[in-house]
Amino acid sequence: MGFSLQQLSFEHSNGTPALSQVSLVASAGECIAIIGPSGSGKTTLLNILATALKPTHGNAEILEANPWNLSKASLRKLRSAIGLVHQAPPIPLRQRVITAILAGRLGQWPLWKSILSLIYPVDIPGPQSCLERLDLSDKLFDRCDCLSGGQLQRVGVARVMYQEPQLILADEPVSAMDPVLSDLTISVLIAETKKRNATLVSSLHAVDIALRWFPRIVGIRDGQVMFDLPASQVSEVILKDLYASELGGLPTQLNKATL
Amino acid sequence: MAICILWPMLQLAQFEPMLLIDPNNTKVMGDFLVQFIPPNIQLEFLSLVLKATVETLAMATAGIALAMIIAVPLGLIISYSLSISRIGPTSDHQLAQFVRFIARTLMLVLRGIPEIVWALLLVRVFGLGPIAGVLAIAITYGGMLAKVYSEILESGNTLPARALILSGSGRVASFLYGLLPNSAQELASYTIYRWECAVRASVVMGFVGAGGLGQLMDQSMKMLNGGEVSTILIVFLGLVLLADYISLVIRKQLV
Repeated sequence: MGFSLQQLSFEHSNGTPALSQVSLVASAGECIAIIGPSGSGKTTLLNILATALKPTHGNAEILEANPWNLSKASLRKLRSAIGLVHQAPPIPLRQRVITAILAGRLGQWPLWKSILSLIYPVDIPGPQSCLERLDLSDKLFDRCDCLSGGQLQRVGVARVMYQEPQLILADEPVSAMDPVLSDLTISVLIAETKKRNATLVSSLHAVDIALRWFPRIVGIRDGQVMFDLPASQVSEVILKDLYASELGGLPTQLNKATL
Repeated sequence: MAICILWPMLQLAQFEPMLLIDPNNTKVMGDFLVQFIPPNIQLEFLSLVLKATVETLAMATAGIALAMIIAVPLGLIISYSLSISRIGPTSDHQLAQFVRFIARTLMLVLRGIPEIVWALLLVRVFGLGPIAGVLAIAITYGGMLAKVYSEILESGNTLPARALILSGSGRVASFLYGLLPNSAQELASYTIYRWECAVRASVVMGFVGAGGLGQLMDQSMKMLNGGEVSTILIVFLGLVLLADYISLVIRKQLV
């Protein structure tokens, strides 16, 4: 499974290039962190993997399929096997936490089940166990507008875990959490990936989290892959070079506030 | 300048305020208005009014219910925030755009023709009676509701629905889980406002023979029976107040 991007480029509709000549291959069971200065193309890359954007040039094979050649039904099936954790969780604030998590399986459920679940939740233990692992089990029946930013982000993670996708994508999944919760959330995402032999790709702002948890690090700058190395080979020099355009030191959890 | 433009316009519109104070006209109007007090509250007439009120309410409610059956699918088809093929866009996006264009045109035709015209046409088909009124409301208001529904769905935060589509969810499920929680209140309140308008419209359609309070009022007007007209108008105001109150209660429920 996994994915394979070959010589892939993406331009926004106004012609601004966001990614150029990106080649990246990942197999099942791999956990990859994407780091790089802001505006470097991390989110665009994740959106291409999430089939939210169509590459302008080049090939994207995702879970052994080219999403843009598929029929409507197959594309839907492919999308239900891809889970994207958004930086700002796209959850209606009037929704209850349990409904927001159950929504992760809408792509797998028939419509009648989705409608039935609005009247009474069809599965309570499932979302409950997802929240428990993220240390949020007491919020199951709360409304999302009662949660803090970090709690809402974890609900977004819980939704993707409940979806049980083969490709887990995360766009700065811990940007609103303190260091302890960040580590917990990342470790849960990695454990989930290993358990189901899925593939995890996460963009991260804090370099130290990436180095601590992810075996493979991909550095991106100006829409190009600068390096693709095992975490042990990523040296201070390489990182300084990657973040050369940013003021101050390397972005880590502790100096987040200064950025 | 304003007068230069206004004057010919007023001439064209046959605006002749002098007619209002023409002694012949004031006498007729005066006699008619004097009869307004007291309103006619004879039991016999009141039972007629009650029957007509029920008929009007039934006409408006049935009309809105049918209009929703037309408007909900149309609104979901038209709304860009629920377009699956727009993401990418996929190869069948042009086909989807074409379907959307057809739906928009249909919606335009439905609401572009006033309900009174539909009623006049349908009275020819179904004869005098409420069914023409119900269908006329259903057609026009179906078009209006579809337009406003799709605009409400596009105006709010559409990212939740997009995220659900990206995880493989269908259009209807994305609407229910992604858009409805934030827009339910607005959708409900607009639908109830339209119901209030339908009550009013069904009265007007009564004048062309579609039954209900309007038909009763038409008869009373033609007989220049002021007492009866004022009773009907009071009932009518009561109905609008009732609609307002129902709207308030439902909005509170949805907060």
